[in-house]
Amino acid sequence: MTARIGVVTFPGSLDDRDTQRAIKLAGAEPVALWHKDKDLKQVDAVVLPGGFSYGDYLRAGAISRFSPVMATVIEQAKSGMPVLGICNGFQILTEAHLLPGGMLGNDHLHFICRDQKLKVENAETAWTADYESGQEIHIPLKNMDGRYVADERTLDMLEAEGRVVFRYVVGGAFADGFGNPNGSLRDIAGISNEAGNVVGLMPHPEHAVEPLVGSGRTDGLPFFTSILKKLVNA
Amino acid sequence: MARVVVDVMLKPEILDPQGQAVQRALPRLGFEGISDVRQGKRFELEVDGPVDDTALARIHELAESFLANTVIEDFTVKVEEVAEAGK
Repeated sequence: MTARIGVVTFPGSLDDRDTQRAIKLAGAEPVALWHKDKDLKQVDAVVLPGGFSYGDYLRAGAISRFSPVMATVIEQAKSGMPVLGICNGFQILTEAHLLPGGMLGNDHLHFICRDQKLKVENAETAWTADYESGQEIHIPLKNMDGRYVADERTLDMLEAEGRVVFRYVVGGAFADGFGNPNGSLRDIAGISNEAGNVVGLMPHPEHAVEPLVGSGRTDGLPFFTSILKKLVNA
Repeated sequence: MARVVVDVMLKPEILDPQGQAVQRALPRLGFEGISDVRQGKRFELEVDGPVDDTALARIHELAESFLANTVIEDFTVKVEEVAEAGK
């Protein structure tokens, strides 16, 4: 038996199908979930995909956070169910206060779409166990509101507790010279909750699971194999 | 009927690139002497019935949980008189 991983479709979601495909390629069973449905169909984990749910009206993720499906996701995430938020999904997780801090418009005010180099800072979460700590990966990034902000105390806490999961690579041999893509504080690209079951990041691992497309590498696939191993061995 | 206005602003310590872009455009338009601009949101809520303490408390709760994200934004709530003559 394999793991069942739900992918929520909100009105305005864009990457739900790609995420389902990535889950399938990793060997798990993708389960489509609907934003109006409180029922999670007994999935073992949930991915909130990228896109512009509810048109990003008010703030990105602000309206989605109050959708019926999110009531159940929030409740179950608090009791340990693994949840991954990608891009708009990350924004929804901060709006739902499952992750600290908030997301704002890119500091340069432009939409950004490029392959982005990241450093894996924490390879012990439910979603990153198949990476190595310190590993550098290359996956697509595409967003308008990608600037991660939090107060200094929260940032210090995240660093001290190892909850900065990914950072944008802005220096060193692996860097591409573009620097921080959106003005995120301390180059933070992704974080986790205290327990490590909830992870959110701006870049898109689901677009880098086959050599033919994306960055030409399969650097995003370990997200989905990580969670599958965790659930099957649980 | 009364109107309640909720103003939402980014917290002062948070960078506001949109406000900066507006500020930088001002000299080009002949406006001098504006050293900073910050941009926010204004919500006008038309309230049925009296705006008493209970109604205001509910609107405050709405602003705190939904209209503003208090992790990154501050808000104010104020009651505005609606001129009956205009109806």
